[in-house]
Amino acid sequence: MLPVMDDEEDDSRADVSGEIRLPATLEGNTGPLPENCEIAIVGGGVVGLAIAYYLAKRGLTDVVVIERGYLAEGASGRNGGGVRQQWSTEINIRLMQESVELCRRFAVDLGVNVWFRQGGYLFLARDEKEIARLEKNIDIQNRCGVKTRMVDPEEARGIVPELDITGGSSAGGQPIIGGAYNPTDGILFPWPFLWGYARQAAAMGVKIYTQTPVGGLEKQPSGGYVVRTPRGAVHARRVINATGAWSPQLAKLIGVEVPTFPIRHEICSSEPLKPFLKPMVSELRSGLYCSQSMRGEIVGGVSVPGHASTYAMGSTLEFLATYARRLVRLMPILGEIKILRQWAGPYDQSPDGNPVLGAASADHPDFFLACGFVGHGFMMAPIIGKLYAEWLTGDAPHEIFSRYTLGRFTDGSGASYPKEDFNIG
Amino acid sequence: MTLADLAHSVSRGYRDIEEVKRYTGFGTGPCQGKECLAVVAAELARLTQQPPEAIPPFTSRPPLSPTPLRLLARDPGAHRFSDDTEK
Ligand SMILES: Cc1cc2nc3c(=O)[nH]c(=O)nc-3n(C[C@H](O)[C@H](O)[C@H](O)COP(=O)(O)OP(=O)(O)OC[C@H]3O[C@@H](n4cnc5c(N)ncnc54)[C@H](O)[C@@H]3O)c2cc1C
Repeated sequence: MLPVMDDEEDDSRADVSGEIRLPATLEGNTGPLPENCEIAIVGGGVVGLAIAYYLAKRGLTDVVVIERGYLAEGASGRNGGGVRQQWSTEINIRLMQESVELCRRFAVDLGVNVWFRQGGYLFLARDEKEIARLEKNIDIQNRCGVKTRMVDPEEARGIVPELDITGGSSAGGQPIIGGAYNPTDGILFPWPFLWGYARQAAAMGVKIYTQTPVGGLEKQPSGGYVVRTPRGAVHARRVINATGAWSPQLAKLIGVEVPTFPIRHEICSSEPLKPFLKPMVSELRSGLYCSQSMRGEIVGGVSVPGHASTYAMGSTLEFLATYARRLVRLMPILGEIKILRQWAGPYDQSPDGNPVLGAASADHPDFFLACGFVGHGFMMAPIIGKLYAEWLTGDAPHEIFSRYTLGRFTDGSGASYPKEDFNIG
Repeated sequence: MTLADLAHSVSRGYRDIEEVKRYTGFGTGPCQGKECLAVVAAELARLTQQPPEAIPPFTSRPPLSPTPLRLLARDPGAHRFSDDTEK
């Protein structure tokens, strides 16, 4: 039996004793799927769970979440937890302003500590072209009310005293000539974020099934879809494809082509250290990024170009060596810190850097996409989940649902919107 | 990581060893599971009434032992960016 949460205002949500009185997420959902449901969400990553949570909050609780593995098995359990408003298009900046607000309230609203810390994001430039790119973005960000500002090398060193702004004592490197800093960007701890959504969604009646791969999907002449799994089939009036990098595979089951593709991104974590690094630091040249988690570890990665699309999740020495080389050049004092582990996860790479949302096509008005989030799906999930739920429960659709459509890749409408060019790292 | 942490994780429905790792943080400290994995797996088998062979170890992650960045930085296999001109 699931313990029942009293009501919306249950003050256990603000309980700081560590024991949050919420029901188990998965308990009871090891049996067969229900015969019918209003909405089946395929994929139990942050995107699927955020949508489930907000649907339930809006009163739509006849929802089933179907996850192939365990929660956090996909990219949502493998990412850097970075949350920033420094983007290059107004729409993404505004979405992220709202997401940051939701992250700030997450612990209170959902009763789970997600270790959200607003230490800012500092992007560093080594040439004039990179500076120009930052300046152009800052103009747009400032117009939206995000207080990003350009910093000179000395100011950057004021924020992160460990920086070597000369470019590297071993010669050859280009010095840091400036950067962009927004103090209200931040980082969070991804895993509890998922449990928060899952637990609260389950408490409101959403059924979450893990270890349940969807292997078949069929549109019914009478409406809706039959979703097939080893735990049986569920007939869903609407289906949401939230399978991240695997979204093209799921869509293909009903003949829908999604043009996103998986790119392996590696990441690593150091031994825990005393807190010293305030912002997330990122270098445009290499896509290097690193931050200090609330557990004290330095978590970071770097973009190693030249690798083909793959679902392989292995780790490489090439990545670790590249990361080490760039990070030690940027902050030589970190040379002594030890790497504890490295891992990898898939970016669901979309051709124009923006997500794919909304109904799949005129033939499939009840098959919805929530994918193509590249390297920023975690930070976007709170606001995307909220807007999706509002739309599917009757509100007018937010502009993202007419802009970030699947159709934009074939009907030419995508060309009329600015590309997001600030997918760093 | 204490026995109580494990019991708590199991009671919340997080029973897969990969889930337990993420729910409790066990196996992500300096030993990377070398000391704790077998003990946790045995206790998990007991609590969930599964045979030990039903609980495979979690995916182990490189490096084999904690390695300083300065050593890794000297590996010749690092990717070179446009300003990586030194040898
Ligand atoms: C190394 C790395 C660093 C990153 N850093 C950041 C960052 O700092 N900030 C940020 O915002 N984002 C970051 N991201 C991106 C972010 O992790 C993703 O955009 C986000 O987690 C996507 O969530 P999702 O729910 O769409 O996908 P996922 O978390 O991948 O979830 C999809 C789920 O679908 C399941 N699934 C697939 N096929 C099926 C099927 N047939 N049946 C049932 N289930 C299925 C999978 O098992 C998976 O659990 C990073 C990603 C990586 C890899």
